[in-house]
Amino acid sequence: MFDPNELSIEMVQILDENGGGDEAKIAAFSDDWLLNAYKAMRRARVIDERLLRMQRQGRIGTYAPFSGQEAAQVGSALALRNDDWIFPSYREVAVCLLQGMPLEQFFHYVQGRLSGKRMPDGVNIFPTQIIIAAQTLHAVGCAWASKLKGEPHVSVAYFGDGATSEGDFHEAMNFAAVYNVPVIFFCQNNQYAISVPYAKQTASRTIAQKALAYGMKGVLVDGNDVLAVYETMKQAVDAARRGEGPMLIEALTYRLGPHTTADDPTKYRRPEEVEAWRRKDPLHRVRVLLARRGLWTEAQEEAFVAEVNAEVTAAYEAAIASPSGSIADVFDYVYSEAPKLLAEQKAEVMRRKQAKGVK
Amino acid sequence: MAELTMIEAINEAMRQEMERNSRVIVLGEDVGENGGVFRATDGLLEQFGPDRVFDTPLAESGIIGTSIGLAINGMRPIAEIQFLGFVYQAMDQLAAQAARIRFRSGGRFSCPIVVRSPYGGGVRTPELHSDALEALFTHSPGLKVVMPSNPYDAKGLLISAIRDDDPVLFLEPMKLYRAFRMEVPEEPYTIPLGQARVVKEGEDLTIITWGATVPLVTKLADEMRTKGIDAEVIDLRCLQPLDIDAILASVEKTGRVMIVHEAVKTSGFGAEVAALISERALFALSAPIVRVAGYDTPYPVPSVEDDWLPNPARIAEGIETLLRY
Repeated sequence: MFDPNELSIEMVQILDENGGGDEAKIAAFSDDWLLNAYKAMRRARVIDERLLRMQRQGRIGTYAPFSGQEAAQVGSALALRNDDWIFPSYREVAVCLLQGMPLEQFFHYVQGRLSGKRMPDGVNIFPTQIIIAAQTLHAVGCAWASKLKGEPHVSVAYFGDGATSEGDFHEAMNFAAVYNVPVIFFCQNNQYAISVPYAKQTASRTIAQKALAYGMKGVLVDGNDVLAVYETMKQAVDAARRGEGPMLIEALTYRLGPHTTADDPTKYRRPEEVEAWRRKDPLHRVRVLLARRGLWTEAQEEAFVAEVNAEVTAAYEAAIASPSGSIADVFDYVYSEAPKLLAEQKAEVMRRKQAKGVK
Repeated sequence: MAELTMIEAINEAMRQEMERNSRVIVLGEDVGENGGVFRATDGLLEQFGPDRVFDTPLAESGIIGTSIGLAINGMRPIAEIQFLGFVYQAMDQLAAQAARIRFRSGGRFSCPIVVRSPYGGGVRTPELHSDALEALFTHSPGLKVVMPSNPYDAKGLLISAIRDDDPVLFLEPMKLYRAFRMEVPEEPYTIPLGQARVVKEGEDLTIITWGATVPLVTKLADEMRTKGIDAEVIDLRCLQPLDIDAILASVEKTGRVMIVHEAVKTSGFGAEVAALISERALFALSAPIVRVAGYDTPYPVPSVEDDWLPNPARIAEGIETLLRY
């Protein structure tokens, strides 16, 4: 008999919430690496907070904030090559920015412009997935193709704790292990699927242990520790690239904000719980470490935040200044060539526009 | 020229496309060692090996979802859904994912997958093995829907589907897999997707049909001729893209229209065809359009399926109604 309660799963952590921890491992991270990781997280936080405010001001549409999850996203993305394949859900903005999504592009997306749908050529990020866990299968298929073609790319499926209840997640894990493809299942367990807490989502003590059932390696990592996330992801990615197959990573973290700008988390979370997680803020502990090494001052922080704010403003203004697209454009990317009846519908739209004197 | 059954023609089309393009792969339940439950993929594993032909885990959403990932990263997957009634398990991956990849990526990605699936009744199957579900897919923009009715068309249409850059549902009437043989050229050839075929020319009425019911309708039309009724039979072959011109040309000639399909009547694709005719050729009609289709129930049990499906008696009655005007 197998008793899951006897399973021992330790969470990988290098940098604890106070900026201390495994000093030998911490020492192995260079000043440059730490500064780079911190700046990426700080940039992500500033962007996230600005986007949230802009939504409240009616400048962008519905938005799914990720504050609190910067270490999980930045740490995992830093372990990737920029030609690896990313299959994101709607909360992976920091990952996408690091993998080459221009910030202006994201504004096109959250403003509901057709142009927001197309990633620049060469940026291997799949369109943002709305259906929970559907992208896990796409990541497996993509990795499978890389393996069949003998190409060295790794595919990463990003998803949350709620996605692990979906059938597609299980089918994806199973296919990935059966075909031993270079895919990483990167779960940000932020402990809530909109309002439903982890304990109502699964009776499994960890998500990481779900890997066992598929004959796959799994690991639980402190998702608020960018060092541990990076190291864990690097091991998984290197192994996958060597042909050693898939891995499931559970990054334990917390969504400090609402699910999206359309909900009110005070309805389903106690303030003390949120406060407790604020003390585990992924940026704070790196900031402490940088201060310990004398790498980052308050003045540098202020200057950097101002720089990112200016970048956000510029990207937003560039987005709203660009053509907003037209209803006529929706017909162009349904088929490789529009079938006759669809072409007629487009012609009808064009005729109506011309009659109104609109371009 | 070889005389092939439809299943042999389908097998030959896949074999030749796999020989032509090393990116074409086959995946599905029992498609490898077993060669498919109907033998559509017979011999492909032996010829192309385990890196081209995959017996997948038993998971329809998994088959389609991984095919999407394979396709966007350069492969040309031919996925088999063992029976079309099982496709509900994969509906999100087909209608919400594969169909929208091009749109959702602003044209950056395409999704060239072919989903082959046997469908159709009259073969005494267990539940959910016989359903004709084509309208689910014609209602999902981004998908193409092809439904062959004979060996020659099956080969040419399947080769076109495999070379097509959009996701194609290729629905194979299982009753016709081995129903008859037909001369099929050995060399690869294509039939463009979106071209209907006039099976029989006629002056008195037009019968529009596709897939499983084409041979039945054609045979009846032949019998009608001996009674002095001259029916034109149109096999749509593709529902998306639809050959609207072929439909209108025939309707304008005969002025009387019957639509025959196995799928349930309400919201079946026949309703779309009837609506298009009424929008574009109403005044060419001398009689109301008649539809002969499956009844609006779940596909029934074998003991009564012959009465449920479009059959000679129901079609003959429809023709009588049409000619009364």
